[in-house]
Amino acid sequence: MTNNWTDIQNADIVLVMGGNAAEAHPCGFKWVTEAKSERGAKLMVVDPRFTRTAAVSDHYAPIRSGSDIAFLSGVINYLLSNDAIHTEYVRNYTNAAYIVGEGYGFSEGLFTGYEEDRRAYDRSSWEYEIGEDGFAKRDMTLQHPRCVYQLMKAHFAAYTPEMVQRISGTPEDKFLKVAEWVASTANGERSMTIMYALGWTQHSHGAQNIRSAAMIQLLCGNIGVPGGGINALRGHSNVQGITDIGTLTASLPGYLAMPTDAEPTLDSHLAKRAFTPLQENQVSYWQNYNKFYVSFLKGMYGRNATADNQFGYDWLPKLDTTYDALKMFDVMHKGQTTGLLCQGFNPLMSIAYSGKSVAALAKLKFLVSMDPIETDTAYFWQNHGEFNDVDTASIQTEVFMLPVTSFVEEEGSLTNSSRNIQWKWRAADPYFESRRDTDILADLFLRLRKLYDDEGGTAPGPIQAIDWSYADPMAPAAEEILRELNGRALTDLRDAEGKVVRRAGEQLAGFGEMRADGSTDGVQWIYTGVYSPEGNLSQRRDNSDPSGKNVYGSWGFCWPANRRILYNRASADPDGKPWSEEKAYVFWDGQRWGGADVPDFPPTSNPSLRTGPFIMTPEGTSRLFARGFMAEGPFPVHYEPFEAPVLNPMFPAIRGNPAARVFDNDMEIFGDAEEFPIVATTYRLTEHFHYWTKSVRYNAVVQPEFFVEMSHALAEERGISPGQMVSVRSHRGEVKGRAMITKRLQPLQVDGRTLHYVGLPLHFGFVGQARKASPVNSLTPPVGDANAQTPEFKAFLVDVTPLADPVA
Amino acid sequence: MFPPVPNPGTEATDQTFGAGDLMRRSASKVTPPAERQTEVAKLIDVSKCIGCKACQVACLEWNEQVEEIGFNDGRYENPPDLTEHSWTLMRYAEYENPETGNLEWLIRKDGCMHCEDPGCLKACPAPGAIVQYSNGIVDFKQENCIGCGYCIQGCPFNIPRLSKTDRKVYKCTLCVDRVAVGQGPACAKACPTQAIVFGTKAEMTEYAQTRIADLNSRGYDKAGLYDPPGVGGTHVMYVLQHADQPELYSGLANAPKISGLVETWKSGAAKYTGLAAVGIFAAAGFLHYLVNGANRVSAEDEAKARDLVEGDRT
Repeated sequence: MTNNWTDIQNADIVLVMGGNAAEAHPCGFKWVTEAKSERGAKLMVVDPRFTRTAAVSDHYAPIRSGSDIAFLSGVINYLLSNDAIHTEYVRNYTNAAYIVGEGYGFSEGLFTGYEEDRRAYDRSSWEYEIGEDGFAKRDMTLQHPRCVYQLMKAHFAAYTPEMVQRISGTPEDKFLKVAEWVASTANGERSMTIMYALGWTQHSHGAQNIRSAAMIQLLCGNIGVPGGGINALRGHSNVQGITDIGTLTASLPGYLAMPTDAEPTLDSHLAKRAFTPLQENQVSYWQNYNKFYVSFLKGMYGRNATADNQFGYDWLPKLDTTYDALKMFDVMHKGQTTGLLCQGFNPLMSIAYSGKSVAALAKLKFLVSMDPIETDTAYFWQNHGEFNDVDTASIQTEVFMLPVTSFVEEEGSLTNSSRNIQWKWRAADPYFESRRDTDILADLFLRLRKLYDDEGGTAPGPIQAIDWSYADPMAPAAEEILRELNGRALTDLRDAEGKVVRRAGEQLAGFGEMRADGSTDGVQWIYTGVYSPEGNLSQRRDNSDPSGKNVYGSWGFCWPANRRILYNRASADPDGKPWSEEKAYVFWDGQRWGGADVPDFPPTSNPSLRTGPFIMTPEGTSRLFARGFMAEGPFPVHYEPFEAPVLNPMFPAIRGNPAARVFDNDMEIFGDAEEFPIVATTYRLTEHFHYWTKSVRYNAVVQPEFFVEMSHALAEERGISPGQMVSVRSHRGEVKGRAMITKRLQPLQVDGRTLHYVGLPLHFGFVGQARKASPVNSLTPPVGDANAQTPEFKAFLVDVTPLADPVA
Repeated sequence: MFPPVPNPGTEATDQTFGAGDLMRRSASKVTPPAERQTEVAKLIDVSKCIGCKACQVACLEWNEQVEEIGFNDGRYENPPDLTEHSWTLMRYAEYENPETGNLEWLIRKDGCMHCEDPGCLKACPAPGAIVQYSNGIVDFKQENCIGCGYCIQGCPFNIPRLSKTDRKVYKCTLCVDRVAVGQGPACAKACPTQAIVFGTKAEMTEYAQTRIADLNSRGYDKAGLYDPPGVGGTHVMYVLQHADQPELYSGLANAPKISGLVETWKSGAAKYTGLAAVGIFAAAGFLHYLVNGANRVSAEDEAKARDLVEGDRT
């Protein structure tokens, strides 16, 4: 989230799209009901299904799953063609004025530089024109034909309300109402928050869905202001923490990059990340990348990391390609993986195309499941009839189940969607022989290191060089780990005048204190400050709100630097004055920046310097034009899902996202619309939490069994009655469930034909207390987003047929 | 936001009401307390409810009820109806509003309304099986219940459920045990959106007006408070978008009142006929018991039940 949960109370318009906040985030959703009841905010929901969020909305618009970019591009076109944008914000705080080089172009659905054999782009033409002064050229009047603003007007002009209706199936009047309400916030006096989740990410063009939304927010001036923002609602209580800590495929902690084969030395890695400013007086904060990187390496390798050995850079693995979950299972399926350690992970349920997952797991020599509960994955070898029809005798994989403590049985911190790091205390004793995950990993690590010590082996460095100086090496404490993430001074740190600002051994108060010379450590720079010299700030539970702006700045600790709203300098105009009294948040008082929140800006930077509020970019502005940072283009384009019911109405020759990765033999496992005419989408139910709570009695009571949601029209067409068993087949598998026939799903008119779709809740499997079902991912295709490789769970093709009920 | 009831401290709290505060007791006379306790009420704001069923789970947990894991029958209601264990249930109604052409999903938390004039209590022939405290809470005392089911007939909202195991009747207690120590009901505590709030009846009535004004501003001209006078008002009230059509909300009673038979019963003549009938049925039941013995679960019943639960349903 750019903003935070409590800030939603400051919104005038709430758009929930690509998510179902009431159902999937019921506790966070209370801030929406508060904004509605206390502020009179309006809630609009755009979703293929009339959800429980829609049930409390002021406006609902249906949309065909997988067509969000067409819808959002329609909104962008509406804003641009009606001049309903926050012009001063757009001119000064976005790259609308930047002039793009002559080599850039877009035609027939493709940008310049496409290489079909690689399914990838040469992105070099997607760049600004650079002037003689070394800075990017701009036209602040926004008139230059190649400035981003003019390119945008041309690019999005095709997305008329008629085109939106044709592609997305959204009736024109319902679309226009959304566009009008969005436009009502493009003035600095009102604001809109956008809340999304996996309904946007789980597409082959997921990252561009979110970019489209971010562009709308920038055009309206809704980023950096109270009640605004683009707010990702994370799916687990600590999944924000998981990405922060670097379990992403190509990330180290704090979103530093994993080195690649092409970066053999630390200098070669850092040289690619110089982040030289593209305008005068810009912060371009990533210029400090080297300080964070070296501090990370010092945190990893301690005294073993020295300037002479590149601070241990050689010990880091170097990627040859990305190893996301889809890739991991593809490699495993090819028989190239020996063992898999599943820590709090049930991939049989959560990875696309579970038929392939089972076959892949069966090729492992060993599988370890570290989990508080028994998972379907740990029982992949067990025959459960139609729900998991495997030949047990033929599977040789050895499976180890290591019971671990659950979140209530251990202390530690969780990081929520708001980036708020909150400590929690142990509330119950662990069951039987269950151990903390960290204890198991410590035990495993120490055994591995001893094997290296005793017997030697290939590449001992990465294991032997690790700094493992915990009080009890077999049981690193959560407090020790949080201190380590925060970092400390290793020698006395002095300022330019030689004054000691931080004594050796003291915790760092902020990442601004980090150095690139090895005199500081800190594994996770963005968390620095959470365990400061003042102590463990994640334990703070002060719910006072002195500014009255719903900030609650002394509750836990928000990364970065305890900021509750990112880019909050943008809540003031270029001269530092609030855009409006109503939305005053962070402003210049003549001497300093101050206000309700920690300013996301150099505290004494005079507005006359025209330093931009988007301090992380070399431009100092946000980017409407993404340059080369997105795999499939600098602007969003409507591409169909890989399994689509229609040809792309705009670019019929293009199937799916042209830059998305498709594995060697996977193109043939996509089904076509002739055999599978119905769109399917998977989703979560409020009664369940992913694949855990099917093992919990009360959750199983209130939602006991898998079902298939469909419209009355589809039920009638297929001869299906309420509660009847139906079969849902895709090109990859079949699931069976009871028909839930509802008015909340309605057929859509898409590209001149009537289109049906079904909704499939994803929680049910063959292990647990709820009724058995085949994993819904036996249906889904193993293709992911072109940038993030998030699987396309939200739009694929199936057919639905009624089954005879058993004789009573 | 209506301020939630604060969390309890760690010290034991004295009970704020008890047997001395009874206003009514089934089939018996009580001397009402000289001073009535402040009336309490639970306000359920249907327009804020997201149908998450946290209230259902909180109710099961607080009251230590073990509910069966059922099936899906093509609806969101689980279990499919109130039961002896599930004293509250989310009901989901799909309504196409003819005025706006929009679909509305009206989600209502069903359960005991704690009527000021409780039909169940008036119908109950068992002394002390149903009591009403002067703060408005209507509670069933299972130790005095004879399982006749008259309360079910007497209830204008179809709430009480007879247990198949112990032949006693169960329903929502308004968390009488929590309220007695200054806490709100478990369902209100668990509700994530404050669709359920708890306080004095006066506070709830006043707070409801702010919610109604908000709904009016969103085009719901007929929004209102459901506090039906036919039962003397209730201590569980709803804020409804369509207060003129409560039946839209999965058949919420429009102008409920106590059945005429129960009223006649209580007023005189029918009482004796009725009591005679009770006597006859009780005697007949006893005879049945003497002849057939107590109800037992046969091996055949067990097998049938197992088939139902585990049988091949494909």
